[in-house]
Amino acid sequence: MPERGNALDSPRVGLFVTCLVDSMRPNVGFAAVALLKAAGCKVEIPLAQTCCGQPAFNSGADEATKPIARQVIETFEPFDYLVAPSGSCAGMIKAHYPELFADDPVWLERAKRLAGKTHELLSFLVDLRGFRPQNVACKASATYHDSCSGLRELGVKAQPRALLSSVEGLELRPLEGDETCCGFGGTFCVKYSDISNAIVGEKAQNVVATGADLLLGGDLGCLMNMAGKLSREGARTRVFHTAEILAGMSAYAIGEEATGAAGKEAK
Amino acid sequence: MSAPAGTFQERVDKALGNAQLKVALERTTGNARRKRAAAVEAWPDFVAARAAAAAIKDHSIDHMAYYLEMFERNALASGAQVHWARDPDEACRIVIDICKAANAKTVTRSKSMLGEEIGLPHALADAGIRRVETDLAEHIIQLAGETPSHIIWPAAHRTREDVAILFDQYHREKPTAHDVVSMVGSARKELREDFFAADVGISGANFLCADTGAICTITNEGNAELTTTPPRVHIVTAGIEKIVASTEHALQLTRLLVRSATGADLTQYTTFHCGPKRPGDLDGPDQFHIVLVDHGRTEMLTEMPEMLRCLRCGACLNHCVVYRAIGGHAYGGAYPGPMGSVLTPVFDGLEQTRDLPSACTLNGQCRQVCPVDIPLPTMLRHWREQSWRAGYEPKTLRAAIGLWAYFAARPRLYQLAQAVALPAMRLFAKGGWISSLPLASGWTAARDLPKPPGESFLTSIRKGGTP
Repeated sequence: MPERGNALDSPRVGLFVTCLVDSMRPNVGFAAVALLKAAGCKVEIPLAQTCCGQPAFNSGADEATKPIARQVIETFEPFDYLVAPSGSCAGMIKAHYPELFADDPVWLERAKRLAGKTHELLSFLVDLRGFRPQNVACKASATYHDSCSGLRELGVKAQPRALLSSVEGLELRPLEGDETCCGFGGTFCVKYSDISNAIVGEKAQNVVATGADLLLGGDLGCLMNMAGKLSREGARTRVFHTAEILAGMSAYAIGEEATGAAGKEAK
Repeated sequence: MSAPAGTFQERVDKALGNAQLKVALERTTGNARRKRAAAVEAWPDFVAARAAAAAIKDHSIDHMAYYLEMFERNALASGAQVHWARDPDEACRIVIDICKAANAKTVTRSKSMLGEEIGLPHALADAGIRRVETDLAEHIIQLAGETPSHIIWPAAHRTREDVAILFDQYHREKPTAHDVVSMVGSARKELREDFFAADVGISGANFLCADTGAICTITNEGNAELTTTPPRVHIVTAGIEKIVASTEHALQLTRLLVRSATGADLTQYTTFHCGPKRPGDLDGPDQFHIVLVDHGRTEMLTEMPEMLRCLRCGACLNHCVVYRAIGGHAYGGAYPGPMGSVLTPVFDGLEQTRDLPSACTLNGQCRQVCPVDIPLPTMLRHWREQSWRAGYEPKTLRAAIGLWAYFAARPRLYQLAQAVALPAMRLFAKGGWISSLPLASGWTAARDLPKPPGESFLTSIRKGGTP
């Protein structure tokens, strides 16, 4: 096999792991690697990565965002694809980097080129790789929250459900308001903590009302927000990134310790 | 009527502390969301109609001066008088002068957000003119001494039970029971005399039709017709962005506006008002005045032209998680919700209102439901950028983002800091969760934080080699 596989055969994928997965839940990164490999990709993880720059960009600090964005572009432009286990971060690179460099023809061109090959993980697996997980079981009921950026900027809705339908024993239950924001909003959730609390409080109620064992989604920020609220409210719902379920790497939910009593596969 | 007082945070605290508010907001906006969704579902051409509506608005915005002049010519030909106002003061002065010339003691008013924007209720009070709000919800908030909290349902913050108390207290003929029919009956009797005794009727306009010089009002209660027909004088106050090229365009936009606002195909009343009473007409005003208000709109033509598409349907409010949590008064301007957070900085200045564009999760649902596809999240972020540039953002935030961005642009340095921070954070955990963390109270006040791992993903990869 040639060192650089062609895009159809064995594309070179640069995993943009995202700052939250990197710091808070490496398991999602390992699950993403496993899934991409199972889908026939050659996965590389550039070590010179931090964050897509959303905290600065969404604060209006465009000049502070640019060096971060330039570094992402430089690091990931050699790959056939940039794949991120987050609709929010992929949306930032795909939709907003070109906006950020609107007045800079050289970087605009590079930003657009990277945008063209940037994908959110779950939609990449389905839309570009035609992937379905094999021999993965998870005997549990689950409900699904569609994170806003993935849903509205990238059209991620059917793909995670298609993937999860291949998981043996998993029952998906509809969530009231599944397309309604959970109140995370990046820096919003700490800048306007009380408004965010009201929003995620309603979301947590809707999640609990499904009676599902698991809450799944594709963005760690939203998942941490909802998991943190569910924990604060004393709910028993276990929260995972969808990639963890699909890769069969669901021993510990968000907020469960490796040594804890709950240390077993999601049911 | 008292405008909402205090800082944004104080108004938010007050709103979140009011359990009744959530009940009232959820009844109104929940109903609106369900009905809109059903209306869109039942309209196979919705997507195409939405694109056409945006194009219709863009056409009139791109040729605004041309169509406004056409409108003026045709309105004058119909016998109307046309007045141009640069700002709220000028607009109010024109209205008050017309009222004084007509020796008006009492004016009736049908709901107009432009009237709220220019402070017309205050101006009438200052001039000693009695104002009677005839829209049922406006009537409610006039009794309560409040301002509107929603652009379609001004009393969205009040429950039916609340309103019953107000009617019992203020109406000459109290409702016989606290059901909707009895309460509306009581309000109708209360307003009836004023409809016929008023000297001047003031309305807004949903559209200004350039081809005929007519103005269009879209209402459900018929109060606009009773406000504009019996009095001797009818005054229209309208923002210049209400201009459309033709009646046909107005009707196409109406299909989108009404479905997006209430989920109905049409409102009960869609009325085109064209000029004063003509010889042989049975009724109608002797004088018909149209006050066209700029108030920052010509600047928006270059700064944010898409915002001039806004039809004032309220769909973005009904679908906004922030509006649904805090209600309209917390925003502090005439227009709340996403569209209000874009407009209020134009009218009241960004420095005073910088919280509005920031207090948004940028989730994009407002744009999704907007009948004319206004890129509201992009515009809100644009305000944040201007606020950052102008130095209006708090120093602590500027410092925190600046420091973070410095590290984020330097991966080795970032990873060194991370290697210190993660184990330190773990010290605060009990089991798998952190319930209180210094410098992160914004997070932990509302929710637990998962205990971070001992080392980051990238550190593990570096140690183990690339997979």
